[in-house]
Amino acid sequence: MVTSLSLVGIQKQLGKLQILRGIDLEVESGEFIVLVGPSGCGKSTLLRTVAGLEIPDAGRIHIGGRDVTHLPPRERHIGMVFQSYALYPHLTVRENLAFALMLRKADPAAIEARVREVASMLGLEALLDRYPRELSGGQRQRVAMGRAIAKRPSLFLFDEPLSNLDAALRAEVRVEIKRLHTRLEATMLYVTHDQVEAMTLADRLVVLRAGKIEQVGRPLEVYAHPSNRFVASFLGSPSMNFLKVKRQGERLVAPGLSIEMPEGIETPKEFLLGVRPHDVERVDKNAHLRMEIDVIEAMGFESYAYGEVGEDPSRVAGPFVARLGCEDAQRLRRGDRIGLFAKRIHLFDLGDERSLGCIEFHPRSIQPVAYSRPLASLSEAGAMEKPL
Amino acid sequence: MPKLRTAITSIFTHFLIWLFLIFALYPILWVIALAFSKGVVPESRVLPVPSHFSLEHFQAVILRTDAQGRWLFARQLWNSTLTATATAFVSVLIAIPAAYAFSRFDFVGKATTLRGLLATQMFPGVAASVPLYLVLDTLNLLDTLSGLVLVYATSTLPFALFQLRSTFDTIPRDLDEAAMVDGASRVEAFLRVVLPVARPGIAITALFAFMSAWNEFILAATFLSREEHYTLPILLQSYATEHDANLGHFAAGAILVSLPVMILFYLLQRELVAGLTAGGVKG
Repeated sequence: MVTSLSLVGIQKQLGKLQILRGIDLEVESGEFIVLVGPSGCGKSTLLRTVAGLEIPDAGRIHIGGRDVTHLPPRERHIGMVFQSYALYPHLTVRENLAFALMLRKADPAAIEARVREVASMLGLEALLDRYPRELSGGQRQRVAMGRAIAKRPSLFLFDEPLSNLDAALRAEVRVEIKRLHTRLEATMLYVTHDQVEAMTLADRLVVLRAGKIEQVGRPLEVYAHPSNRFVASFLGSPSMNFLKVKRQGERLVAPGLSIEMPEGIETPKEFLLGVRPHDVERVDKNAHLRMEIDVIEAMGFESYAYGEVGEDPSRVAGPFVARLGCEDAQRLRRGDRIGLFAKRIHLFDLGDERSLGCIEFHPRSIQPVAYSRPLASLSEAGAMEKPL
Repeated sequence: MPKLRTAITSIFTHFLIWLFLIFALYPILWVIALAFSKGVVPESRVLPVPSHFSLEHFQAVILRTDAQGRWLFARQLWNSTLTATATAFVSVLIAIPAAYAFSRFDFVGKATTLRGLLATQMFPGVAASVPLYLVLDTLNLLDTLSGLVLVYATSTLPFALFQLRSTFDTIPRDLDEAAMVDGASRVEAFLRVVLPVARPGIAITALFAFMSAWNEFILAATFLSREEHYTLPILLQSYATEHDANLGHFAAGAILVSLPVMILFYLLQRELVAGLTAGGVKG
């Protein structure tokens, strides 16, 4: 595979803030890469650096094997979709789509043909003579994508392109972007803070925090094997639960919690236990955790119980969120105590919060079935699973 | 009876509006009446309607000639138009690139320069009339229209710069950047995207520069000495102060001088309204 984009040691300071602290990333041709992270993590700055709108203080950028670190945006052959769409308000949709080609002084007939092609791809044929102010939010978004596509770039950059759309439209355009990616076979770099977009669109996810890459990997792999507590809590909604636990022999214990560990796993005496709300099941016996319910949120297709894990109100391990079935949600009340079985638990170091691995349990069997050791490197493909 | 109450409120509101309208327009109506009357001394009448309708004042102002028989009004109208247009053109032309730089780039001394430019706006131009007189004298530009344009353009420049900078500030940077990603250089992005989008703001700025030059009297009266170089405000003043002061001429002249500005406002009203709602540019 040809390397389409390569970032080596990118650093960027804006004012007194160090925004990017050494970013290394290799992107293969045709890959869909999603940069995800909380606001202020540097994902947009990184995208702008690739676009040439920011010049890095250190590091090199190669696009299609060519060093573009100090080239202006126009020489990078990229297409970009801005969060604000940034359509030219004084030009019609047709002129917006043709703008880049007109700058290149392409043949008018060829421009018109390309505009028609892009317009039909995105369903914009009827809107070609309108001005951006006469379009709805969703239509503007399409024109912004069309403008990027019309240039036939080898690299597409998306800066939170769906954040100004309502939820229903967002889901629709998300699918459309995925379809376009398949159709255009282009490399795409996509910035978002929305984890649904991140999970569904990405071939590979890049999780950023405070200007550094925390983890790179296929979405499900990152979700299943987060490399540290930050990644674990950032992906997944509601977020992963964390409880401080002690190790007593082969058991993990905390108030209201007792889990038998497989043999032969090295851990510190005390560490952090992570459990996703979706990885628990309500049980009457063989419970790993006991929780007192405070609030129940019923959504129809599923429900969440918010409460605390503990033995009684005076001995509490910490707050906890659990997914329940809908029948449970109707029967249970505030103050009820329920038992929960965790199908999958994650272990994190208390100090540097790195992953110590994760353990899976067979539903309704107290014995663990598999242990995955933490990923050795950031981009290692697939975690090694060791059957027990 | 809510219907009756609405009616009473409506009548009362309209009464108030008409009261203020008459209050504001009465002096102007009076000037119009005066301009279309016969005779030199204004009659004291309550209603601003001329007793004997006549165009003699307009005729006198428009057809006035000097001792050599030269048509002065046409000459002075041309002087005013040329001066005001040149002022608007020069100050906007210089202010546009400067304002773009102040809006988009960070550079050493940016804040200080802006503050300095703002400070020059605190003093009325008249305060500098003596040194300006000496400067124009040195440059051999006294009693010339180019000298006057130089002075006017200098004094309207800071205002034009501030006005245009805020215009550019309302245009999202994303637009420049989108154009640059699309293959434009910074200059092309400015010329092909930012400038057309800023057109309403530029029109307003040019109009204000035009008007301040068109209306200016003191500096024009100071620097111009020959009658054929006069601008219209000086002509106007002569009708009010000369020994044969004629308020009818004065009124007719005032209307003639206001007309071009009113026509300009009318022609530019679409741009003006667009400029006042410049925030609508986004997206």
